[in-house]
Amino acid sequence: MIAAARCIVARDLLLALRRRSDVATALLFFVIVASLFPLGVGAEPNLLRSIAPGVIWVAALLSSMLSLGRLFAADHADGTLEQMLLGAAPVGVVAAAKVLAHWLVSGLPLVAIAPLIALQYDLPAPLYGTLVLSLLLGTPVLSLIGAVGAALTLGLRGGGVLLALLVLPLYVPVLIFGAGSVDMAAAGLSASGQLQLLAALLVVSAAFAPWAIAAALRISTE
Amino acid sequence: MSTAIKWFWFSSPQTFYPLAGRIAAACAVGAALLAAAGLYVGFFVAPTDAQQGEAYRIIFIHVAAAWMSMFLYVVMAFWAAIGLAFNTRLSAMMASAIAPTGAMFTFVALWTGALWGRPTWGAYWVWDARLTSELILLFLYLGFMALQAAIDDRRRADRAGALLAIVGVVNVPIIYYSVQWWNTLHQGASVSLTRAPSMASTMLTGMLLMALAFWLYSIAASLARVRCIIRERE
Repeated sequence: MIAAARCIVARDLLLALRRRSDVATALLFFVIVASLFPLGVGAEPNLLRSIAPGVIWVAALLSSMLSLGRLFAADHADGTLEQMLLGAAPVGVVAAAKVLAHWLVSGLPLVAIAPLIALQYDLPAPLYGTLVLSLLLGTPVLSLIGAVGAALTLGLRGGGVLLALLVLPLYVPVLIFGAGSVDMAAAGLSASGQLQLLAALLVVSAAFAPWAIAAALRISTE
Repeated sequence: MSTAIKWFWFSSPQTFYPLAGRIAAACAVGAALLAAAGLYVGFFVAPTDAQQGEAYRIIFIHVAAAWMSMFLYVVMAFWAAIGLAFNTRLSAMMASAIAPTGAMFTFVALWTGALWGRPTWGAYWVWDARLTSELILLFLYLGFMALQAAIDDRRRADRAGALLAIVGVVNVPIIYYSVQWWNTLHQGASVSLTRAPSMASTMLTGMLLMALAFWLYSIAASLARVRCIIRERE
């Protein structure tokens, strides 16, 4: 079971490494979206500082959703996914491994580049730790919830837009607690409550989402 | 024992179809009568509110619609879960028949809320916790309907929708509390939906009559729609 999971993670990482432009596109999207806001709302530093956590989090939501379409699509198209479902490893483990690989490829770079955006928005340096920690806890939840939607919309026409409609409402708690933790820290309060709630969301979704993803994959491929 | 047999007897779409027609007709009549009574009480009998004047009267529709919007999502998820677990055709049909009614009530609740908010709060829309979670509930309904509409294979559509409804119903409390905490975090209690604790009994009567009318309407509309779905598929 562990071996199967490790094998899938290694395979997906290798595939991502061979097609680096896919990874770069989602990351670039994140940077571009975040860079558009000052152009739209004006470059007043105090305003930028106050909207920075929200903007970064919304951009992270959109960027992580953008890359969800690729999570199962290629494997579904060439039949690999069916073989995985037929294989000996439990489908939940397969799903969890695919989500982990997806997060390593699309979520982790986002966490790494977020301080750069924060710099653009002149976010005070002490908040960087909270921002990175909140993204570190929150982006895996986005991948887990999003994977359910990706599995349900597998192979449908207009899948991308539909995926957004299904997944974005479910992202609301992550957005609230993620951006909220940075806001709390900016107000000089302790962010630990919000971060713990994010951690709780991560634990709960890591426990239950693989089951839902497995069920969704079975529904979509039967 | 005899009731058990009857339950399974009517779980088949063919035998349920005529029963649904009779129940739908009875409920439609009941809904019309109760709505007429409720609106009469609401508009002519209930006293004018001391603070909000006549504008408050929209709550007779608003509150009942908001109750139904949340309750129907749970009912929909219940039928979806039954359909997914026991593979009963009728349960899945019920889930997809309830969704449009639920979405309609959610929209009505938001719309009447906006009309009530303008004279009372001075704004059509505020980011109050209840308004926001109601809006997200509307998105969940629309997502469910869009997913079912996008899938051509009926069986897959039923099962995919059911899974989404279950995931949604697990998330609704989380969304509700997160929005509530977010709201209190940002702007204190500037806006509160809680009215004066002493509500005139006629107001309560009107509200309960409207709630019952909406219940019956929901049953009638869902059953009428499920009859269409049965005719389409069987």
